[in-house]
Amino acid sequence: MKITDETIKDLEKKANSIRKSIVEEVYSAQSGHPGGALSIADILTTLYFCQMNINPQNPTDENRDRLVLSKGHACAALYATLAERGYFDKSLLKDFRKIDGILQGHPDMKHIPGVDMSTGSLGQGLSAANGMAIASKLDSKGYRVYCILGDGEIEEGQVWEACMTSSKYKLDNLCVIVDNNSLQIDGTIEDVAGLNNIEEKFRSFGFETFNVDGNNIDELITIFEKAKTVKEKPTAIIAKTVKGKGVSFMENQVGWHGKAPNEEEYKTAMADLEA
Amino acid sequence: MNFENKKATREAYGEVLKELGKENEKVVVLDADLSNATKTGGFAKEFPDRFFNMGIAEQDMVSTAAGLSTCGKIPFASSFAVFLTGRAYDQVRNSVAYPNLNVKLCGTHAGVTVGEDGATHQMLEDISITRTLPNLKVFCPADEIETRWLIKEIAKIEGPCYVRLGRSKVPQIYDENESFEIGKFKVFGEGTDATIFASGVTVSEALIAKDELEKEGINVRVVDVCSIKPLDEETILKCAKETKKLISVEDHMVTGGIGSAIAEVLTDKYPTKLTRIGINDTFGKSGKAGELVKYYGLDSTNIIKTVKE
Repeated sequence: MKITDETIKDLEKKANSIRKSIVEEVYSAQSGHPGGALSIADILTTLYFCQMNINPQNPTDENRDRLVLSKGHACAALYATLAERGYFDKSLLKDFRKIDGILQGHPDMKHIPGVDMSTGSLGQGLSAANGMAIASKLDSKGYRVYCILGDGEIEEGQVWEACMTSSKYKLDNLCVIVDNNSLQIDGTIEDVAGLNNIEEKFRSFGFETFNVDGNNIDELITIFEKAKTVKEKPTAIIAKTVKGKGVSFMENQVGWHGKAPNEEEYKTAMADLEA
Repeated sequence: MNFENKKATREAYGEVLKELGKENEKVVVLDADLSNATKTGGFAKEFPDRFFNMGIAEQDMVSTAAGLSTCGKIPFASSFAVFLTGRAYDQVRNSVAYPNLNVKLCGTHAGVTVGEDGATHQMLEDISITRTLPNLKVFCPADEIETRWLIKEIAKIEGPCYVRLGRSKVPQIYDENESFEIGKFKVFGEGTDATIFASGVTVSEALIAKDELEKEGINVRVVDVCSIKPLDEETILKCAKETKKLISVEDHMVTGGIGSAIAEVLTDKYPTKLTRIGINDTFGKSGKAGELVKYYGLDSTNIIKTVKE
């Protein structure tokens, strides 16, 4: 698709609409993870509305591109995106995390159209994404696999086991996106786990790496297009993001990792997103 | 029982994988640097494009298998039982069992019959931790013939399975043309003095005990508990009603293993005493497989003694 200023504006509107849905979901459930969901809204918008080869009318098409949301707790963003893209009706979002709804607290591939992998226990998604990318190559199908990791999540050792696999099998149809919002539940990734130099880590594991402002759709499109041209090695995009992006009082606040807004906060959040 | 023809169930697994590879293009095999021991190496040689050595990274292996299965592959993932179901438990639970994916987990070197490697390598809780997972089917074949059938059968059925395989050689119990069914136990004899429920390496010990006891006029039946989940409740209840005594014997912790599974059925539907032989709240130790079988009382001598008690 041809990318014009108009396209970018349109995508930004979609991302904003997805952000509103995220706040609605978490407010309605009075539980969930708004911070890390809001930080990836632009990434998901870019992927589902202008990068991935998908068809919401045929969510299990075997030739489709896949996305594994390894940081499964941010699923409010994935559900909002899938609804916005037409995988299911937006009205389902109000039953997020509720006993009668299909939208589980973490992604459930068996019951939610468009969810390519069940996740929730951190660190497992990249391995699953590798499996999909390997299958794509075995069958010469050519589909691409995207995997969104949290920066805190990469403290899990399995992520680095998986990185060796991505590299060993030269999975150039795999694109990892690290949601680098720099915060995890107990504080900054530096304070909690001494985590730094994320890009160097991926590069040393054999990835072609890119840096991007993960809340800038224009830049994201450019980087995703570049990543597609890499051959013989997997790609990792370190996306610098703002946790809680778009909601003034949630931005860069550790406390909004896994907390729902009250009525007043909800109103402020929605007003922020209207502005 | 053919003592001339002894083979470890892991060896039969390796052989049948090669046949499956020929029959079904969708079959892929993953291993974690143990392909010589798990016997997946034969498949690797014949089908290098469909074999994935994941290195010493069982967690990655299990979740990768999950990803492959979402794209229509039938992955068989192997390692020692202790690492496959122990180290990678969370991956088995969340990447495989919860999404009900078509992954076949085949753990070799289960139980104390691993032998010399000792406690860290002797998995004694795998039945316990796998059979409590929803969606996951659990099996433990007793000989070469049953293993060959089982591996081919689980490739045909959709859904996750765990197969418990052994390191040590076991006698051939079944004829080549024996027929099996998932959820149905094979029963040897119709003796009413006792039923001995056995699984994997202990089935041959139970059959030896059966023959010895018959010489003394004690008639027992032996039940091969291969299909641990689904369990053959009908056969358990039939044996409880028809025989005077119930005994289970397994190369596994008595808590959570086949004895526990049988006891759960009995307590719900036909409360009956069951004497469980197995490992009692202790880790294993080094030694020769045969020595350990005796040390922990999994041998025919202790089975005979227990029947007579």
